[in-house]
Amino acid sequence: MAGPANWISQIAAVTKFGLLSMPQRRGSVSAAAFGIAGVVAVLVGVLSIAAGFRNAMSASGSPDAALVLRSGADSEMVSGLGRPSTRIIADAPGVARTAAGPLASAELFVIISLPKISTGSDVNVPLRGVERAALLVRDKMKIVDGRMFDWGKNEVIVGLGAAREFSGLRVGDRIKVGRYDWPVVGVFTAGGGAAESEIWSDAAVLQAAYNRGDSFQSVYVRLKSPDSFNAFKDALTTDPRLSAEVMRQTDYFADQSTAVTKLITTLGYLIASLMAVGAVFGALNTMYSSVSARTREIATLRALGFGSGAVVVSVMLESVVLALLGGAIGAVLSYVVFNGFHTATMNWQSFSQITFSLAVTPQLLVQGVVWATLIGAIGGLFPAIRAARQPIAAALREL
Amino acid sequence: MSEPSGNGGALVIVDGVEKVFHRGSEDIEVLKDLHLKVPAGEFLALMGPSGSGKSTLLNLIGGLDRPTRGTVSIAGERVDELSDRRLAAWRARHIGFVFQLYNLLPVLTAERNVELPLLLTHLSKAERRQHVAAALEMVGLSQRAHHYPRQLSGGEQQRVGIARGIVTDPTLLLCDEPTGDLDRKAGDEVLNLLQALNREHGKTIIMVTHDPHASARASRTVYLNKGQLTNEQMA
Repeated sequence: MAGPANWISQIAAVTKFGLLSMPQRRGSVSAAAFGIAGVVAVLVGVLSIAAGFRNAMSASGSPDAALVLRSGADSEMVSGLGRPSTRIIADAPGVARTAAGPLASAELFVIISLPKISTGSDVNVPLRGVERAALLVRDKMKIVDGRMFDWGKNEVIVGLGAAREFSGLRVGDRIKVGRYDWPVVGVFTAGGGAAESEIWSDAAVLQAAYNRGDSFQSVYVRLKSPDSFNAFKDALTTDPRLSAEVMRQTDYFADQSTAVTKLITTLGYLIASLMAVGAVFGALNTMYSSVSARTREIATLRALGFGSGAVVVSVMLESVVLALLGGAIGAVLSYVVFNGFHTATMNWQSFSQITFSLAVTPQLLVQGVVWATLIGAIGGLFPAIRAARQPIAAALREL
Repeated sequence: MSEPSGNGGALVIVDGVEKVFHRGSEDIEVLKDLHLKVPAGEFLALMGPSGSGKSTLLNLIGGLDRPTRGTVSIAGERVDELSDRRLAAWRARHIGFVFQLYNLLPVLTAERNVELPLLLTHLSKAERRQHVAAALEMVGLSQRAHHYPRQLSGGEQQRVGIARGIVTDPTLLLCDEPTGDLDRKAGDEVLNLLQALNREHGKTIIMVTHDPHASARASRTVYLNKGQLTNEQMA
């Protein structure tokens, strides 16, 4: 009579009675479910910022693309390479070539100040000077509005993210670069990557505008294949004429995203944890009132021979079901509100803004459901123990 | 239904039972050195004023509580020695309860309420359905099987409670003030039913009541006062 099948059928029966009586307690049930929905929505929402930021950075490089900076530099901001160095890099073994020459773009990276549309306050926006190979080095580049800038002219094209987040970047607008106003002639996409946060111009005219002579900060290179990287790196790091830091673009951008994603993730967990404490009390309150309202029912079942273990598990299951209901509401809410939402934030490595779309990923939704389950289990545990420990004889007389 | 051996045919033996409740620093002695034997097939009424200990005695016999001292044996088994887990299984197998306030689950129909104790057995769904139909037939509520408790009168709810109490064919049917919440007419119907279960089906019944009208239906009535048996009366 007390076999596992019997025990499971006891749990199923008691859980069913609890769930069936939920509509009678709809006030406290709704309060607890929405509390948990709030936790899940905030957790998933905040973490979707980090996921979106990480996505933008990881979309910025491909395994067969490399980046070269001055030795010791961990970002373009603090790097510097002269023309002779960029030539050595472009001619290194492993670099892909076309009839026009090696697929290497020596680039200049400066920061200009533009107002953010959402706040009106000035922020740092990256302005990149590129060479002709830049479009081939980044294979996801596409002009979606206007045209490409003319080489040798004071013109810029802007990334779609930058055009969306910062004012004065629509085709036909003019931006102040150095002492002059340059027209915006086109808008481009770059597969959702970091380049979409940037403004691009011809490196040669940007050098002149900023009095940089013939110096650059980085060289972006397309390799013959991902396997060519080691030969390329070895050639440059052993070349006595050069002092260079060679890395895959994927590694560089992953590293660039670390600080921001860590900060956002930590913040997300902190806020969600604080809210979860509140939600646990909400679930506790609901389950205590559920157990209290059903004191006589639970005692009756135990008098009839239902085990106290089955009562504990079923009260916890009821709490978890309630939490999952809340979790599902929170997950749907966060997906509807946050997924694809465009925003921009400071990338501390480059001291400039990066635009990206929030990403509510399946992993984040699973994480939200796990949190909801934990809140439900913790919130149900003590009421479940109370339900099972109530003296049957006294509980039977409860009104 | 198993018969005890060596106890003069007694199904229930309460031997030297004491029950003390603790309230703060105060000890309240509810039952004092109580001895009682109930033979199989008897319809026993336990009477006494409020606080005399009759419900406590019923709870001890039904394995819902344990004596402070003394022993309770049902069909030769020492109930007071069973672990909580085994006691729950024992109750499911041997005891049918009928409560004053019916204690039906409001979210279940009469049929599903009666089926509850059968969920603890290995009977198939079809077998459970048969048992439930037979129990509802016995209490005259076959037509009300699909009604929820709120759709039934007090007397009908108590008859559903009795059907639930007998559906597993328990060794012992324990009734705690079964007519306490009913008017005279509905109370009479319930008492008729209990009497029929005793006389026609041989059910051993112990009923707590303080209604002389109800105790008159029993084959024997014992009186409790201040935790002790004071008097006994045969029908």
